[in-house]
Amino acid sequence: MKRLLTSRISLALAAPVFAAIFGLGVSSLAVLATKKSPWDAFSLMWKYGIESASLMAAVNLATAYFIAAVAIALTFRAGLFNIGVEGQLRLGALVSAYFGAMFTLPPVLHVMAIMLIAMLVGGSWAAIAAYMKVKRGVSEVISTIMLNSISGGLAAYLLSKHFTVRVPGSNDLSTKILPKSGQFPDLMPMLNKIGIKNQPGGGVYGMLFIAIALGIGFWFLTNRTRFGFELRASGANPMAARVSGVNAKKMTVIALVGSGAIAGLAGLPTVLGDTHAYNLGFRSGIGFSAIAIALLGRNSAVGMAISALLFGFLEVASQTLDLINIAPETYIIMQGSILLSAVVAYEVVRRFQLTLHSEALAKVGDK
Amino acid sequence: MLTFVVFALSILRLVTGASDLTSIGTASSALLLSVPIVLAALGGLFSERAGVVNIGLEGMMILGAWGGGFFGVKYGPWAGLVGSIFCGLFGAAIHALATITFGVDHVVSGVAINIIAAGLARYLSTILYKGGSWLGPSQSPDVKSISLNGLPVLSGGEFFGWRSPDLLSKLGSKNWFLISDFANVLRGLTGDLSYITVLAIALVPISYFILWRTSFGLRLRSAGEAPVAAESLGVNVYAMKYAGVLISGALAGLGGGFLALVASNHYQENQTGGRGFIGLAAMLFGNWRPGGLLAGAGLFGFADALQLRDASAIHALLILIVLALLYVSFRDFRRSRRIVGSMNLAFAAFFTWFYMTYSELPGQLVTMTPYLATLIVLSMASQKLRAPAADGIPYRRGGLK
Repeated sequence: MKRLLTSRISLALAAPVFAAIFGLGVSSLAVLATKKSPWDAFSLMWKYGIESASLMAAVNLATAYFIAAVAIALTFRAGLFNIGVEGQLRLGALVSAYFGAMFTLPPVLHVMAIMLIAMLVGGSWAAIAAYMKVKRGVSEVISTIMLNSISGGLAAYLLSKHFTVRVPGSNDLSTKILPKSGQFPDLMPMLNKIGIKNQPGGGVYGMLFIAIALGIGFWFLTNRTRFGFELRASGANPMAARVSGVNAKKMTVIALVGSGAIAGLAGLPTVLGDTHAYNLGFRSGIGFSAIAIALLGRNSAVGMAISALLFGFLEVASQTLDLINIAPETYIIMQGSILLSAVVAYEVVRRFQLTLHSEALAKVGDK
Repeated sequence: MLTFVVFALSILRLVTGASDLTSIGTASSALLLSVPIVLAALGGLFSERAGVVNIGLEGMMILGAWGGGFFGVKYGPWAGLVGSIFCGLFGAAIHALATITFGVDHVVSGVAINIIAAGLARYLSTILYKGGSWLGPSQSPDVKSISLNGLPVLSGGEFFGWRSPDLLSKLGSKNWFLISDFANVLRGLTGDLSYITVLAIALVPISYFILWRTSFGLRLRSAGEAPVAAESLGVNVYAMKYAGVLISGALAGLGGGFLALVASNHYQENQTGGRGFIGLAAMLFGNWRPGGLLAGAGLFGFADALQLRDASAIHALLILIVLALLYVSFRDFRRSRRIVGSMNLAFAAFFTWFYMTYSELPGQLVTMTPYLATLIVLSMASQKLRAPAADGIPYRRGGLK
């Protein structure tokens, strides 16, 4: 038994290690193809990425990625695919930024109100896909993707025609700047106390706390509550779940709407901590990177946290590649190859574990 | 069915004066924009009939569009098309390897392919831009276009230097109700066609023939319906699945190349704009059959064309939506489904108000038309679909899990 346990742990590590090696390998090939040295590239990225300012930027990126990844993982666990996170977070950020600038509340309440609005908007947008799946049998993969594109047009329309306050002297369209009470305080004062100095280029978003709380909540929900168990059961074996009393349609709706609500929050780290408004420069693509992170992290809170930090690190560190004339977009290749190899490695390891398991069982019978 | 559609559109045109609904330009744009959707849908057909769900069609299209731009710039448009097929094949090979050999979940692999393909296209474009040969990091230089031609006599086709008369155009410009509309639509569908468009449309009956009239097609379909039974009869299920996915990638790549080389004349980032997914939707709408898939693609292509050309035409389509909603809510009330019925009635009222208040739809909302159309069509048609029985299930020799 003990041998099985150690082999299980080593197998569990094997997949990410293999994925990392494969990812590095493919990226090295990509860099070699442009006649540059991969060793130079990686060592420069490491040197730059370790600096405090870069780490802080990476953590900020990772915060948004992590929240979105948790939203996606919630549906993955239930056997559903919410690809529409991109649209949900965009609409959540836009609408909550607009409405949040319309009133003033005491600081904590104001921020909470903005987050609540974002969750409502994201949840309702996902509810459309949930309704179509449950009532009309439309695959949520396609409906959420379509809703993504629709949300892009809707957000552009709302921003330009209704929600915007023209920023003087620039071509940017932006919602009204959130008042002080609606801004999420930076974490720098706290970090200064434990010896981390201020860095140029901004601090650490306060929403990091929300992200951590969300991660803990997600872990608790899926692993320690009955609802979480039913969620996982619906994903792992729908027939068994149905037989033990789980209402599949209700589970679909709850999973998708809940996922949309969490996704609505994912656009807020920048809005609340940095720009304090929604404008044309709103970062797009968080939703898709988050899918990769959820897959990489195997839908577990810890895995996704590590993956989010990794992706954030790669993205920030690769900005320095410009100095040695390598395209910074190399991080895309790194992220992509790590994702692909991880997905394949997880499956290979799973099959291997099954083989080991059945062999062990067969040995027991041999007594 | 085409007759009915043209008839409905003609009446709409009369009522609202939105002449672009049945103009030559719209019909020919509709055809042009249907082609990538048709190709993507055919790709999805081959893959899913072999039992592999291919969400990665969008990614393969992106690779195809990029390949079309890259090879088209270097060696000309025809080489660009061939190159786009190979790029699509590359993406399909990864998907096939991951799902068939390694057994990764099909949707997961497809989503991963989409992410990777988009990133790869951007990365390669940036490299070329920095290397100096491309003009921008997200756009290729222009490619020479493939020449156009049309049907003889009726649509002004040019053969061996002789320009034939353009009867349909003359008929269309007379503005007679229904006859002119028909003439315009037919002229749009048969004139100034690229050879590739004709090839793409011809691929639909060819696919039908391959899948339902050859033994290869039978084996491919059996791999998607009952792989274990097929294996027991000696069909190499793995090979069939690989064939299905690779063909699917080639078709999707061709669709992407079409977008870059025929519908436009260079590669542009985000050119595919979700058409891979719309193609999947067309395949679902067609119930995994080529004929229905063509109808679905035509419908979505029409929505796409309208969105690009004339916002007032879409405005006129609102009336159609209101009528459809009224019919649906009437049917709901007949079946005593009062809540759903009143909801549909409320939607009808909303759209009527919308139609009265806004004389023209704002530009950003108009871009949503094809996606909205896809959603609406899917939600109305999803009930009676029958997918291949073993679609989406990872297969291992001997039926192991």
